[in-house]
Amino acid sequence: MEFLSIFSIFVMACFVGYYVVWSVTPALHTPLMAVTNAISSVIVVGALIASSAAVGGSETSKWLGLVAVVLASVNIFGGFAVTRRMLAMYKKKEKKAAVPAAAAK
Amino acid sequence: MEHAAAAVTPAWAMLAYLIAGVLFILSLRGLSSPASSQQGNRYGMIGMGIAVGTTLFLHQVGLPLIIGAIVIGGGIGYYIAQNIKMTAMPELVAGFHSLVGMAAVLVGCSAYLNPGAFGIVDAVTGEIHGVSRVELGLGVAIGAITFSGSVIAFLKLSGRMGGNPIMLPGRHVINLGLLAGILGLVAYFVADQSAWVFWTITALSFVIGFLLIIPIGGADMPVVISMLNSYSGWAAAAMGFTLGNTAMIITGALVGSSGAILSYIMCKAMNRSFISVIAGGFGDAGGATEKGAAVQKAYKAGSAEDAAFIMKNAESVIIVPGYGMAVSQAQHALREMGDMLKKEGVSVKYAIHPVAGRMPGHMNVLLAEANVPYDEVFELEDINSDFSQCDVAFVIGANDVTNPAAKTDKTSPIYGMPVLDVEKAKTVLFIKRSMGGVGYAGVDNEVFYMDNTMMLLADAKKMVETIVKNLGH
Repeated sequence: MEFLSIFSIFVMACFVGYYVVWSVTPALHTPLMAVTNAISSVIVVGALIASSAAVGGSETSKWLGLVAVVLASVNIFGGFAVTRRMLAMYKKKEKKAAVPAAAAK
Repeated sequence: MEHAAAAVTPAWAMLAYLIAGVLFILSLRGLSSPASSQQGNRYGMIGMGIAVGTTLFLHQVGLPLIIGAIVIGGGIGYYIAQNIKMTAMPELVAGFHSLVGMAAVLVGCSAYLNPGAFGIVDAVTGEIHGVSRVELGLGVAIGAITFSGSVIAFLKLSGRMGGNPIMLPGRHVINLGLLAGILGLVAYFVADQSAWVFWTITALSFVIGFLLIIPIGGADMPVVISMLNSYSGWAAAAMGFTLGNTAMIITGALVGSSGAILSYIMCKAMNRSFISVIAGGFGDAGGATEKGAAVQKAYKAGSAEDAAFIMKNAESVIIVPGYGMAVSQAQHALREMGDMLKKEGVSVKYAIHPVAGRMPGHMNVLLAEANVPYDEVFELEDINSDFSQCDVAFVIGANDVTNPAAKTDKTSPIYGMPVLDVEKAKTVLFIKRSMGGVGYAGVDNEVFYMDNTMMLLADAKKMVETIVKNLGH
């Protein structure tokens, strides 16, 4: 892709990020950090390309890629799992939760 | 020429990466309320699945090894995530940041050694594209800073390294020199893609990341951890530029701006400029001298029994937790106390200062862990006007965030910082380990010596547990 078109996507994404993140409730700032951590491991895409490039590439480059895949995977699985664990703990008052259930009957 | 052909990504794959990017946006969007947050997290996982699946499908070489690597890494990550204590969340996040940083460095090195695989080789000269060299240089530099910085943050947060700022003489000059050196080398890298340039950039960046975080004290960690969060995003974005990958660029921008906004919120909540936090050294030895003068003033000490009696007869109690609650793991006992008070007909609310704890939202997670419903937990601006009408402000393990000097004393180092108005409550119950220690900022808190304050001097958890026992009688 041309540099400028990539750059346009980048700038737009910064603005999207800005507005989306301001709408995150402060109570969820820790899960926000955990989940951003998990999604920034999308760097795994680069690592996968590096480690799968066997043809014509150097062996070192391939192994560096593989190590990067391991590190990024720790982050992906760890990050999403810990976020899920945290989010599952956020509960409303039990009374309120019971009302919609009763209304459904 | 074969390499150049490999760089052309098919249209379906570009779309798939775009969808992954959109799903990542939705995953953050979900966090706007606890109710939609779990769905958001699922979007994130699906997005990651699509990104990984697409890449695997496009480059199908060496699959068993790669699957092995994912299984090993994923297993370790999942195990850690399931077993980590909630109070250890700050160091976990710092540790995870370091992994993203290191992965970025490794990918950068790999791309430098084998540029053909990444499709960044100029067909005419056979060298790496000029633009790609800048992207690679910056990506590796940011990745390395993220790595070494996060490792130090991890060591400090987990207590493996003292939380006090470590000051090197002339560190500002050294850091600025290093930074200029790195930027200069990245510029030079465009003209000359020799190995020494690339490796020097990498090495210098590791060093500066280390030097940047070393002088920053424990309570500035909310800013540091948010900043490193931001860096890990920019590192991913830089690599996304190198690869022309939409998913990576969108994610990098999202994470980068997320971390930047969190750093901004944290700085604002401490009324400090980002530069002064990064310059480091706040609240070091200077506080010790003020400490001596502080201890001599008269204060009123109370027992758990007194506290239980006062709260039982109150109509409303606002609980103000701080880092001390996390340290002594008092959140479960605290929730139990809250439940017993509610049974007595007392209204119980929790007030959270944005920088309470060691990372943004730290207190909220701990309270959620202890099953405190999130609609009883309020942010500073939503609850601060309630203190004047409440009977008891129950401060547990917080100090600087309740200090009225921030509003009145222009000479105070924390002047201008937004604080919780606990002193306006009819009675203030203040749990503190001892009268000797002052808060992180090294400032005395006049709330200790007010007539309507009762100091409860003990370990937070033990004190709350004893109060619970007394409430039971």
